[in-house]
Amino acid sequence: MAQEKIGVYVCHCGTNIAGKVDVEEVTRWAAEQPNVAVARNYKYMCSDPGQDLIKQDIKEHGITRAVVAACSPTMHEPTFRKAAADGGLNPYLLQMANIREHCSWVTVDGEAATAKAKRILGAQIHRLPLNEPLDPIEVPVNPNVMVVGGGIAGIEAALKLAQAGKKVYLVERDPSIGGHMAMFDKTFPTLDCAACILTPKMSAAGKEPHIEMLAYSEVTEVEGYVGNFKVKVRKKARYVDIDTCTGCGLCTEACVVRKVPNEFDRGLSKRAAAYIPFPQAVPLRATIDPTRCLTLTGKKCKQPCLTACGPGAIDFDQKDEEIEVEVGAIIVATGFELWDPTPEKRYSYGKLDNVLSSLEFERISNASGPTGGHILCKNGEPPKAVAILHCVGSRDENYQEFCSRVCCMYSLKFAHLIKEHLPECEVYECYIDMRTYGKGYEEFYKRLMNEDVHFIRGRAAEVTDVGLSPTEEGRLVVKVEDTLLGITRRLPVDMVILSSGLAPRSDAKETAQTFGFGCSANGFYLERHPKLEPVSTVTDGIFIAGCCQYPKDIPDTVAQAGAAAAGALALVDNPTVNVEPTISYIDPEKCSGCHICVGLCPHAAIQYNEEKGVAEVITAACKGCGVCVAACASGVPQQRGYLDEQIFAEIEGALAV
Amino acid sequence: MTDKFKFAMYWAGSCGGCEIAVLETKDKILELDANYDVVFWPVAADFKYKDVRAYDDGFIDVCLFNGCIRNSENEEIAHLLRQKSKVLVAFGACATMGGIPGLINETTAAELKELVYTKNPSIDNPEGIYPQEKLEVPEGELELPHLYDTVRTLDQTVAVDYYVPGCPPEAHQIAAVLDVVTAALKGEGELPPKGAVVGVAPKTCCDECKRVKEEKKISGFRRMWEFFPDPEKCLLEQGVVCMGPATRAGCGARCTNVGMPCRGCYGPPEGVVDQGAKMLSTLASIVDAPTPEEIAEITATLPDPVGTFYRFGLASSLLRRAKV
Repeated sequence: MAQEKIGVYVCHCGTNIAGKVDVEEVTRWAAEQPNVAVARNYKYMCSDPGQDLIKQDIKEHGITRAVVAACSPTMHEPTFRKAAADGGLNPYLLQMANIREHCSWVTVDGEAATAKAKRILGAQIHRLPLNEPLDPIEVPVNPNVMVVGGGIAGIEAALKLAQAGKKVYLVERDPSIGGHMAMFDKTFPTLDCAACILTPKMSAAGKEPHIEMLAYSEVTEVEGYVGNFKVKVRKKARYVDIDTCTGCGLCTEACVVRKVPNEFDRGLSKRAAAYIPFPQAVPLRATIDPTRCLTLTGKKCKQPCLTACGPGAIDFDQKDEEIEVEVGAIIVATGFELWDPTPEKRYSYGKLDNVLSSLEFERISNASGPTGGHILCKNGEPPKAVAILHCVGSRDENYQEFCSRVCCMYSLKFAHLIKEHLPECEVYECYIDMRTYGKGYEEFYKRLMNEDVHFIRGRAAEVTDVGLSPTEEGRLVVKVEDTLLGITRRLPVDMVILSSGLAPRSDAKETAQTFGFGCSANGFYLERHPKLEPVSTVTDGIFIAGCCQYPKDIPDTVAQAGAAAAGALALVDNPTVNVEPTISYIDPEKCSGCHICVGLCPHAAIQYNEEKGVAEVITAACKGCGVCVAACASGVPQQRGYLDEQIFAEIEGALAV
Repeated sequence: MTDKFKFAMYWAGSCGGCEIAVLETKDKILELDANYDVVFWPVAADFKYKDVRAYDDGFIDVCLFNGCIRNSENEEIAHLLRQKSKVLVAFGACATMGGIPGLINETTAAELKELVYTKNPSIDNPEGIYPQEKLEVPEGELELPHLYDTVRTLDQTVAVDYYVPGCPPEAHQIAAVLDVVTAALKGEGELPPKGAVVGVAPKTCCDECKRVKEEKKISGFRRMWEFFPDPEKCLLEQGVVCMGPATRAGCGARCTNVGMPCRGCYGPPEGVVDQGAKMLSTLASIVDAPTPEEIAEITATLPDPVGTFYRFGLASSLLRRAKV
């Protein structure tokens, strides 16, 4: 190995690193390490003058390798590799040593942090002489985009992309797009009717020629890589031909199975087995519920739907269909689930009548809901008093520790709607802190304070039907400590609304796995960077938007959907994209043709050469995931940039200090 | 003594199979005799340690050292033979990788003695009599070598010139190695570069195995007594832990070709640092189950992982030994 000249650049990152790590000492130490020709430190290496240090040293000191001890490579490796390239050095001869996220931020003791920084840096100094120059690989980009999830985020992103002339596949699991927003009556703080602002977008998405709607469909498999994804979508059988059905609803009227809990009304109403989820559904097409339809469950039925259907759209022989779609980018906007308050037993959800989840109340207050928009108790009477309990399952170590950001506001909206419908009704808001942080939100709160709503600061302790006095008999009683008054109160009410937080979808983990990114500790999808790349994921070309990333209100969701659309557009609007050259190769002299790697490659980039009896990597298809490297027991596939010898050198370097 | 080349062979911590394997070269053994004087070979000829000590340094042209460094005697003789030999060959799995005795690195010498002399169900030792390293008798003090807690390979003890793996090394490979060495000693050929693994083939056991290999997905591990494996199909695909993919070729895939899984005695192929870790990594890649629970269920069907993946290589692995 020729003598390498390594340049070492230790970043202060303001006080982020220098506040804990003795950067002068690390620099001094680095200068003494083998092959190190120059060791410097600088306040902000990522700034232009910082990057210039690297470029200058390449030109003036003939640096042949460089290591920047700074933040995570996810953050600035591209920055510094570009600087190296600008200075005339192959970018893959530059390594990052993460002494911020892996060291200064997570180490309490300064001396320990300095010692650790040396190890982290030492690992890279030790491996650098083994680095090989690599060249990026240019691949074509498929201009189409897939949007997964047809809630407001997905609709918005799909429409934006369609406006830009891109073909969009909009995949929705339910029979209709619309998502949770379609269930709402009014939206805070402006009180626009949700349907009035959403329906036009839904209908635009339905009519937009660039959008291919894949409703009642699910993504089952994603293969490929940035610019070149192959997505398998299972189109579930509707048992109705979507092209012939006119959405007239006659099958629904004719269907003899009438007592299926209606999901759209959160089970508060019944629907038929042949159904259209709600009047504004897009696509406005009937679906036959295979779990409830008599014919489809093998029971006897006279099949009046067949007679009722004019165009003859009903097809009981329809089967699930799997299609494969090729796209250049994917936006995942799969939304949230309302946190189910059942485990919070003290609130008696599911046990006592008139204890409602927030979405149930949304439906009750909705003009097209089960009560026609009249706020009524189960017995059909309007409530005389309603308690709205905040933070159900939220900000709670037992359930969800985080704040869901929207519940305070929707709870205030509920109070307003109740007061609007039933001015005589007493409304209690039991809250911990009132979080009204958005545009016009604080003003809305103020408005509510003048609407004769009782605000009680305290998390409700219990909801019971055990009355202790005639006013409590036969009603619900909310026990709550009013922490401002310092007393415990018993509130006799007729309806309790549990303002649950937003939870990750129960299958979020599997979905994340399908698309190749991760979940945060709280279960929501993990963005690439919480501030600077909130809609990107660790997988290039796959974006996230809306509540699947974290609970957010409609304005934030729409903004994020736009950002995700812009991210996808910035990718698919180019004919080609550069991908990392850190891909795998197989030495045919060493491969024994055992077949282990062949079936494991997620990109089908390994094929078996029968003639030679060896596995071969298709360079253009390999994405450098490293699966084959880990899988081969013979150590034959090696990934450039992550060769075994390089990794062992790193380990030795880290342990040598 | 003639002017023939000088040959030595030594048996340290091992079973003796390596010695038999040399005899298994059949008429080659006559060539050995034709070209070499045996100057030390305890199993075959009556030499004493004092004879070896009396040789000049480098007197022995080639010494095949089999067995691991298990006790103080093994270590002492390893140093002695290094000093007296021009070419010292780590011969067989125990000398190269620690071999099966290396599995003691999971525990200690004390625990081993306890198992052998007390806990073993077939042992009746109510007085708790253990072998003693030193014993006074009227004639003087008797001494046994000290048993180490940790088995070492030969090259963890002294510098080694060549490695011939295998448990035992295959006869045709031994013959080939002897041919190369003899030719070089006669000036008719070159010795391989120092540190080379000789008597092996370039790829892995799979390359020599005749079974049909297809894509591998394992939904459960099985042992040989549990079923009749398909004689044509790759054993690993049938859920048998076959170390073939992680094992250097050279043996001719003798085990797999007669229906037994490879146990890994030829050690890892070139470029693989840790045979057991690599095999584990492979199995982790091909266990086919969607949930962590199902994966746990499948891996629970794998008895004795150390004894399976590091059957021969624990002492030479990155792990080396268990912490006790």
